[in-house]
Amino acid sequence: MSHNTLLVFEVTILVLAIFLGIEVISKVPTLLHTPLMSGTNAIHGVVIVGAMIVLGQPDKSAFTWIVGFAAVVLASANVVGGFVVTDRMLEMFKSRERPKKPDEK
Amino acid sequence: MSTNLANLLYLITIVSFILALRFLSNPAHARRGNQIGAAGMALAIVVTWIKVGSTSWWAIALAMLIGGAFGAVAARRVRMTAMPQMVALFNGVGGGAAALIALAELHRVLPPPGAPKADISLGIALSALIGSISFSGSMVAFAKLQELIGGRPITYAGQQFVNGALFIGALGCAIALVVGVQDEWLLWVTIAASLAFGVLFVLPIGGADMPVVISLLNAFTGLAVALGGFELENNLLIVAGMLVGASGTMLTLMMARAMNRSVANVLFGAFGQVSEAAAAVAAGDGGSVRSATAEDVAVMLAYAHKVVFVPGYGLAVAQAQHDVRQLADLLESKGVEVSYAIHPVAGRMPGHMNVLLAEANVPYPQLKEMDEANPEFSRTDVAVVVGANDVVNPDARSNQGSPIYGMPILNVDDAQTVVVLKRSMNPGFAGIENPLFYNPKTVMLFGDAKDSVDKLIADVKNL
Repeated sequence: MSHNTLLVFEVTILVLAIFLGIEVISKVPTLLHTPLMSGTNAIHGVVIVGAMIVLGQPDKSAFTWIVGFAAVVLASANVVGGFVVTDRMLEMFKSRERPKKPDEK
Repeated sequence: MSTNLANLLYLITIVSFILALRFLSNPAHARRGNQIGAAGMALAIVVTWIKVGSTSWWAIALAMLIGGAFGAVAARRVRMTAMPQMVALFNGVGGGAAALIALAELHRVLPPPGAPKADISLGIALSALIGSISFSGSMVAFAKLQELIGGRPITYAGQQFVNGALFIGALGCAIALVVGVQDEWLLWVTIAASLAFGVLFVLPIGGADMPVVISLLNAFTGLAVALGGFELENNLLIVAGMLVGASGTMLTLMMARAMNRSVANVLFGAFGQVSEAAAAVAAGDGGSVRSATAEDVAVMLAYAHKVVFVPGYGLAVAQAQHDVRQLADLLESKGVEVSYAIHPVAGRMPGHMNVLLAEANVPYPQLKEMDEANPEFSRTDVAVVVGANDVVNPDARSNQGSPIYGMPILNVDDAQTVVVLKRSMNPGFAGIENPLFYNPKTVMLFGDAKDSVDKLIADVKNL
């Protein structure tokens, strides 16, 4: 793929992702807005892929080495923290039926 | 591993992220969605690991171990009431990672291959800019929420000018990079100015506006990650980053709409400083405040047919969610109908109150959104306001001079009686006087929310 073709392709999926994001989010009830935030927070932890690519480059300078290392540390904290926090929150949402209310009316 | 195979496997990750968000539409299977997302992330990491396959594998492993351990411990230890700052923190480190990647990429493409292509340098410049703002802004939001620094708006003369100058400076350097002045120092200046801008831009924003800020910063990080995808020519980063960018932007707009203010007004209005005059007016014609003892309130509650709790940030501060739920259970056992009315911007992040009450095992069908709750107040005997203030302030309906005029509120004053649990008569976070407290229907129960609720429990039991 020539470079320009690739760029056009990338812009295409970028724009489609915008609409997809809006579409998916509009179905989330306000009840779950906090888990939504921390869930999307975990998803942008995907930046770890970029950080790994940077740190994994062959023949890198000391500068890249340090910067890449720091990037992987930060991104892993983002990924792990994001998913764990979201899981803890979602675990708490229960609809369990309560003991029958005394019928007084 | 070939690039094509890697990209196909990344596609599975993308689908898992979409499913994770899709599953959030229903609390019953939201948790499974999150697990699917996590599995997709694990796949992406393994694929990248194999693809990179470099001699630095041990460095990657070590870095992942350090970051992952920090993330896991922090996420496990944090109390539910401290969730907003934890989300801000994890958001910030993601933005920081995006900015660092940009820095490393520029360093790599600059010296030998000469001028990087425009889309790559655009990705580098913008992802450094946005990632840095997100990083420093999130750290300030974290510090504010953690109360390391004061939560009140911090303002000084010429603030807008300094912020504007910093932002234009950062943007100018970024543009210079893109149009072809390929000097590394330009990126350094971009990053430094963006970091400073992030700090200065969040500092003046009051605590009550944090839900908007946090979701905006979340969108920023997503955008920075998507732009990082352009510099690394990686589809996964583009799609996943933009999903987050779009959803964060939507959430920001929804939060601003729930306060009936524009996003610009929230971000640049330095809310809470401008309200002194309006506050003075409201206090002047206030009339008197009725305070009650826990015994009085306990009687009211126990003999009511319908009680609605209205939680606010004060509930989180006092850690009173479990006590409130005990009280609610006790009332239910006496035949009282109990529900909770939740304002969209109550607390410090979108949906904050829902999480706290879920932690206290309140079944989510009892949590009513504003539109659902408001018609109910007219047939409510007692509305109990626990640590909420602005979201029940009738000035938002009627006082055009009030800074919150026009914000949709919970109409607790439609209830027969309003009980306000409040520490003292000091105005709340936003510094706005609340005429609800002077309403003849209202009784105040002063004290720490948790203590007050505990007293109520004891007194209801003794009836």
